[in-house]
Amino acid sequence: MTDAPPFIFLGCLEVLEILDLTARDERELGEHLRGVPDECVFSHLSGALLHRAVLPEAYPNDFALWAAAELRDLRLAERLALVDLFDAGSVEAARNELVVTIEDHVRHQSAPPAAGRGQPFTFMQAHVVPVPTGHRARTLREFRDALAEVDVSALFFHLVEARYRLGRGKGDFAEWIASSLGQPALAEALCRIDPDVGSLERLRDRHLTLLDTALGAS
Amino acid sequence: MANRAVTLDDYRAVAPRGAVDVLLRIGERLRGRRVAHVSASRYSGGFVEVLNRLVPTQNELGIDTGWEIVVGDAQFDAVAQAVATALGGTEQVVTDAMLEHLLATCVENAARLPLEADLVVVHESAPLLLVDGRPASGSWVWRCHGDVSAPQHQVWSFLRRFLARYNGTVVSLARFAPSLSIPRYLIHPSIDPLSDRNRDLPRVEQAERLARLRVPRDKPFLLQVGPFTRTQDPLGVVNAYRLVKKHHDVRLVLAGPALEPNSAVFDEVVAAADGDADVIPVALPPDTQGDINALERAASIIVQKPLRADFGLDVASAMWKGKPVVGSTAGGIPAQIVSGVTGYTVETVQGAAFRLRHLLSNPELIGRMGAAGREHVRRHFLVTRHIGAYLALLAQLTK
Repeated sequence: MTDAPPFIFLGCLEVLEILDLTARDERELGEHLRGVPDECVFSHLSGALLHRAVLPEAYPNDFALWAAAELRDLRLAERLALVDLFDAGSVEAARNELVVTIEDHVRHQSAPPAAGRGQPFTFMQAHVVPVPTGHRARTLREFRDALAEVDVSALFFHLVEARYRLGRGKGDFAEWIASSLGQPALAEALCRIDPDVGSLERLRDRHLTLLDTALGAS
Repeated sequence: MANRAVTLDDYRAVAPRGAVDVLLRIGERLRGRRVAHVSASRYSGGFVEVLNRLVPTQNELGIDTGWEIVVGDAQFDAVAQAVATALGGTEQVVTDAMLEHLLATCVENAARLPLEADLVVVHESAPLLLVDGRPASGSWVWRCHGDVSAPQHQVWSFLRRFLARYNGTVVSLARFAPSLSIPRYLIHPSIDPLSDRNRDLPRVEQAERLARLRVPRDKPFLLQVGPFTRTQDPLGVVNAYRLVKKHHDVRLVLAGPALEPNSAVFDEVVAAADGDADVIPVALPPDTQGDINALERAASIIVQKPLRADFGLDVASAMWKGKPVVGSTAGGIPAQIVSGVTGYTVETVQGAAFRLRHLLSNPELIGRMGAAGREHVRRHFLVTRHIGAYLALLAQLTK
């Protein structure tokens, strides 16, 4: 396997751009979601991992967080929290699921929402700037040790950005471990780690646990 | 560290794992680019602490970075201040002649200053009109640090045609952003963990400073830091303290500048204390960051309850000391406090008292929330993150 290409860890920085679009209530949120760019939907779903507070019990995307914090609508927040880019499979599918969820919620509201509830939702999109970390690995041990040291943005780039914006199959870690190290079972196990564990640091911890087990077994 | 220049390596001990390496790597990619920051002062303004770190760090990374100052006469200073206030939404008398003087001074400065750069960042309103003399190449960004979402109409009408010539604007909160046709970027402000305000403070030095400030350590104290102005609502904080005092033997310390015109409010606070020795208003002279550091480290809980605020970075500074913060919902305070995790945001005096009592009744929460707050600041509000955001913007605008 020493002839296999090394894994080069890339981190990333993000530039958050504020779009000229806000939603004052759930109805407007649903309406605007139909037309915003894919990048915007991505930024507020999984992209939130890069810039939101580390809160194990928090809702995992910006839409659910806003519904809870600003609309004080926990029912809507809970439903939006389950919209997951990884489960949906694509940004378009996730967008559709968000819109359908919101429209259904609005249709079944028993009374019009109260006026003047909290801050409006501001649509943004992140421009991701990849940055070499200087870490590379040729073996599973080197991969594990580098993963323990890199900036957490590397997990975002290789697991989320690579999979859903750059279209790279199951994410860079799994692809390399399967193809370069010839360990498809380990790759599959890494793919099954729930990305909604609350933070990139915890996502790192889950990966390290699996890798340590694999290294211990070998 | 006081006797040698701080380098990026010094932040390894405090920044998140790997963060400094990311900055070094993107620095390699951007080496040789030129950046110019422009402001009206090197000493006052919330951005000064960041630029004092950002400029030498970018130079350390091989990005040729300068910090230029626009100069003008007393009339220019007065007009710039009026325009800044007007942009914040408070009506000012700003005549056409005043705006023309602002423009003429900026044009003179544009001819004098070295503004040929890959990226020029213009801070606040005084140098805003420099863009009238911008070179043909390079990207220009207007960095506004306050809330300009509802500016005075007449002033805004004049300024927006100049703002349209920028390649983008950067704001500290999404809702602070003005309505503009150019891209608007979000970069939260930050604290420098190695500054006098935030560095680790030996216990001996902490004790000496508190003794000099006459703040006893025999019981826990609540602390609010900020100028003695009505906007800071010090009397509201005193009222909250009185509600807490019925159940907990604590002290309240209110610390901040009390020079004119704040001295009248300081006197009101002294009067409101009404002989209660446990209410301690502390008038701080300028440049007392070390004293504020000592107060924050000694306090049990920190209150930040202004009625209005810009980003309110005092909150991040307090959380960096490992203290829970009970804050209002003004400005950027809710963007920093993770309510229920690093402290609480409250809407009323009674709400503040309720949360303070809750923390004092459950002291294990104070430590847990304090630790969570420090980690939250480490991830999101340190100057290393801020530097990364500027470098990402430079990469994005010059690719």
